[in-house]
Amino acid sequence: MNLPIFSPHDDPGPDFAQLLRRSGFAHEIEFSGVVPVEDYRHGTTCVAIRFSEGVLLAGDRRATSGNLISHRSIEKVFPADRLSGVAIAGAAGPAVEMVKLFQLQLEHYEKVEGTLLSLEGKANQLGQMIRNNLPAAMQGLAVVPIFAGYDVTQSEGRLFEYDLTGGRYEETEHASTGSGSLHAGTVVKLGFRHDMTAAEVTDLAIKALFEAADEDSATGGPDPIRGIYPVVAIITADGYARLPDDDLAERTATLVEARRQGQAD
Amino acid sequence: MNMPFYVAPEQVMKDRADYARKGIARGRSLIAFRFDEGVAICAENTSTTLHKISEIYDRIAFAGVGKYNEFDQLRIAGVRHADMKGFSFSREDVDARSLANQYAQILGQVFTHEMKPMEVEILVAELGLQPDGSDDQMFRILYDGTVGDEGSVVVLGGQTESISEHLETFDSPPSLRDGLRSAVAALSGPDRALSAGDLEVAALQRGNGRRTFRRIDGDELEALLAD
Repeated sequence: MNLPIFSPHDDPGPDFAQLLRRSGFAHEIEFSGVVPVEDYRHGTTCVAIRFSEGVLLAGDRRATSGNLISHRSIEKVFPADRLSGVAIAGAAGPAVEMVKLFQLQLEHYEKVEGTLLSLEGKANQLGQMIRNNLPAAMQGLAVVPIFAGYDVTQSEGRLFEYDLTGGRYEETEHASTGSGSLHAGTVVKLGFRHDMTAAEVTDLAIKALFEAADEDSATGGPDPIRGIYPVVAIITADGYARLPDDDLAERTATLVEARRQGQAD
Repeated sequence: MNMPFYVAPEQVMKDRADYARKGIARGRSLIAFRFDEGVAICAENTSTTLHKISEIYDRIAFAGVGKYNEFDQLRIAGVRHADMKGFSFSREDVDARSLANQYAQILGQVFTHEMKPMEVEILVAELGLQPDGSDDQMFRILYDGTVGDEGSVVVLGGQTESISEHLETFDSPPSLRDGLRSAVAALSGPDRALSAGDLEVAALQRGNGRRTFRRIDGDELEALLAD
């Protein structure tokens, strides 16, 4: 691999995706027809909730291929950079690839320019990537992420939802995506209050994913036998932090115990 | 038809080398040294925005002296090379040696084929995986493409000899504080004293997470330099 040096008039600037295209790395695959749903892995339910100090991202761990469970411990919540994260639902292969490119895009920009991209700028970048995926989405390989991050200029957590066309919609309270999003979203909606603490939104997210798994076959519930729990990440001014599994195990056990005793929450 | 005058190749190369050396000597120097937790780079630079030292990759740093626009172009090319290599292979496959060789190729080619050589001298430093720093590496690349694998300390810029004379020698890698104070004393020379505002300092430091590069500035730098 040689040193990519461009003349000033066709320099790709800090745009990594553009650089890949210029260097012949981004191969657009032409194919037609619809990819059968059994033939690729599908990631499902994720939720995002804003709280007093920032924003939370959570996702279940199941991947399905049609009716089969193809992975029990897939991860759908990723750090995008130090102050933001992305949760994905949809075709797992393109989604993970999109996250990888997105992470690199942010880091590349930071290194080339010497400054961090604004949160708004990061959200727009992700929107463009989803729009570029539209031809594949029309053939079944849709990717629908949620982007959340801490905005240092406004000193608050912010979150963004997307649709297949790359449309970007900022949400002020919470967002959900994936096959179980209807159930998970309803639980979050009913339990949401302004100025919740990190511990409260964590419990709410676990409960939302628990209920979604209860109703939606493509969403995985907590699995204490294998020690598999949802991925929950908290993003505040201190940065992106994934919660440890034993914390989630404890919170899940509390929730299950409350259920057993017939309490609603 | 006019015939060009014959100029001996030795003379051409010498003229170009003199030209490049003069350009580099106009700028201020920098020192890179190993310390007990990694590699640190200390440059005399009064600007807080036009950096001489930068991050290339998780464990690789870049530093340049000479003409800013020329070494900055090389820096960006290095970031692109590293990010593309990490993207198409894996993050652990990105290494300083191959990057240093790429830089050497470009500088060598420009030196022999272009009208004007690049008036730069650059450093590529890499933090190895050994906890004792035995596989940390520093490569110095000159304006003509000469590459050198450097030991515990390296000086880049015009007055390397007079600066090297003032450097303290350490038996084993010093602490960041001791190494930095020695570097600052050498950069200052006997006749002046450099303060935190005149310096740009950064380090590749073990235990700093995936991205090991960090800038040392503000209060932290003042504290390290204070008696």
